[in-house]
Amino acid sequence: MVYFLIFISAIFVNNIVLSQFLGICPFLGVSKKIDTALGMSAAVTFVLTLATVVTYLLQKLLILWHVEFLQTILFILIIAALVQMIEIMLKKVSPALYQALGVFLPLITTNCCILGVALIVADSQKLLSKLPLGADYGLLSGTVYAFATAIGFGLALILFAGIREQLALNKVPETMKGTPIALLTAGLLAMAFMGFSGVV
Amino acid sequence: MNNALKTFTNGILKENPTFVLVLGMCPTLATTTSAVNGMAMGLATLFVLICSNVVISLLKNLIPDKVRIPAFIVVIATFVTIVQLVMQAYLPGIYDVLGLFIPLIVVNCIVLGRAEAFAAKNSVGLSALDGLGMGLGFTLALTILGALREFLGSGSIFGWNVYSDHYASLIFVLAPGAFICLAYLMAIFNKLQKK
Repeated sequence: MVYFLIFISAIFVNNIVLSQFLGICPFLGVSKKIDTALGMSAAVTFVLTLATVVTYLLQKLLILWHVEFLQTILFILIIAALVQMIEIMLKKVSPALYQALGVFLPLITTNCCILGVALIVADSQKLLSKLPLGADYGLLSGTVYAFATAIGFGLALILFAGIREQLALNKVPETMKGTPIALLTAGLLAMAFMGFSGVV
Repeated sequence: MNNALKTFTNGILKENPTFVLVLGMCPTLATTTSAVNGMAMGLATLFVLICSNVVISLLKNLIPDKVRIPAFIVVIATFVTIVQLVMQAYLPGIYDVLGLFIPLIVVNCIVLGRAEAFAAKNSVGLSALDGLGMGLGFTLALTILGALREFLGSGSIFGWNVYSDHYASLIFVLAPGAFICLAYLMAIFNKLQKK
């Protein structure tokens, strides 16, 4: 039951993009077409889940050796290395999947939702009061949270891409063209997602 | 001298990181719930930008081209950790509010972008000026956005009450307001730039 609540909360109520503001760059950058949005969300789901598991275990080591201040540096290096590794492995194991996700993988290193979620899960004990559900994430619940967050990211991205595909056909005032109108759309989408608050 | 001035003002107006380049959107939207928070986030980024620009510009001939991105990230992460520890020690209140977004300066595209596009090619002095200009442009944008959201959402600016918060609409402090305020500010900036 707890896992189910974490799942719903991370996808709808505390959507990573629309209510926590993580991963806005790819949200605005690769949302012009539904196809690319799908590819990006698949790549993020893959990397985010894996990165969270690895950084969670790493955090335990950092605490063991009393070097918590190295957290930021090590996490970002691990994530960068992980992304590189996944890229190499995918190329060998599944060329078809590599073709589909390839372009997005290097971009993911600087996607702040990866580092953000890794930090939230690793520091959940410290952040306890601010977290939804007041969850102190363990390995399993942390992984579920990361996976659900990635699904939430994908949902927001694909919805947004769908709207933007329609938006491209419409007449928009000159000064609002491009990013401003996209942001305004995102604002309305965020308002819609606010309707979920209080569900969990 | 002219060149230096150009480098400095470039980041504030012509290539403003928020309004023109549209970089670093996550902290821009998330931390601007009030003018003070926005400014604090901007200043933290400003510090990291100047320091990383200077160090990367100093090291540019020593770093092999192939591993330059990981090397840049390590330099940036070092300064972010310094900011994190200093803020934790001396400004615990603001650190608490900004929370997650201080360590996330590491993945702020502005910092890595300037390292790659400017500091890796230019002299130390110019890189420092570029960092200062970009950082100020970012801080300014965040402060304006923060002030606007605070004014509309809670009826005050920098904590000073302007009108009763009975008339303020909370939505501007919440998530949707961030997107909407930034959208209109960007549109206004576009309009002014074109003139």
